[in-house]
Amino acid sequence: MQIIMALISGVVFGVGLTIAGMLDPSKISGFLNIFGLWDPSLAFVMAGGVAINAAGHRLIMKQSAPLFALRFSLPSLTSIDRPLLLGSAIFGIGWGVSGLCPGPVLGNLLLIPEKMGLFAAIVCGGLWVGRALKQRLFQSRVD
Amino acid sequence: MIINWDSFTPLASLGGGILIGIAALFLMMTTGRVMGVSGILSGLFSAGEPKLWRLAFLGGTLLGPLLIYTITGTPIASEMVSDGWLFYGAAFLVGIGTALGSGCTSGHGICGLARFSGRSLVAVITFMTMAVITVYVIRHSGLGG
Repeated sequence: MQIIMALISGVVFGVGLTIAGMLDPSKISGFLNIFGLWDPSLAFVMAGGVAINAAGHRLIMKQSAPLFALRFSLPSLTSIDRPLLLGSAIFGIGWGVSGLCPGPVLGNLLLIPEKMGLFAAIVCGGLWVGRALKQRLFQSRVD
Repeated sequence: MIINWDSFTPLASLGGGILIGIAALFLMMTTGRVMGVSGILSGLFSAGEPKLWRLAFLGGTLLGPLLIYTITGTPIASEMVSDGWLFYGAAFLVGIGTALGSGCTSGHGICGLARFSGRSLVAVITFMTMAVITVYVIRHSGLGG
């Protein structure tokens, strides 16, 4: 049942990304271009997503467990540590250069595989290297 | 700051954002999992983690846009802003950065902020700031498009 639910969530997420304009790197770049000709659309994506999620999250957390799993798997780390800051800064540079974060890379993959195939493979390679680095250099728990 | 009214899509972006929020809520309500794409992806490389729900979610993310394209029949805009070594170098930075930083735009941006997570707020401010600086540098140095 978890698998069906995750599939539904993924489809809704992919549809949302498409309608929001998130699949278009030039639009993301336009949002990040605050000091030039600025397209504020992405702020509306964030606002809509965070608002609905914040409202619903409180209601869901009143339940003792998810519908089809034994427990909620929420991140337990609370400290602001070096991997968080370093990783987020590195991600920001990559996002700025390409206009692509992981969700839209996947969303674009079947639409424009010739442009996105190698890019997606390199993102996965980076994730693998990043996980190994986090464990070795920072001895951090990987979640 | 000059607003680009020609490409501004407040209603579509708000609607898409709400759908993204609903997808995150649905995943949490049914499976108890955080809808963070980089975390879901990188869990595939971890020996002890269950994989099937991850593959199902990622498969859905691949299919959603294809579904919209099939229904509407109009191509979905996706114009690249860089190419060559910059483009593929950026892919590596996105992967390694989100793994080290434990999240991306969906995990920290949509889910973390909604839980009022301090780590996610710091992450979002950090990657947004770096991305804005990066775009400024690229547009003023002639690199990229």
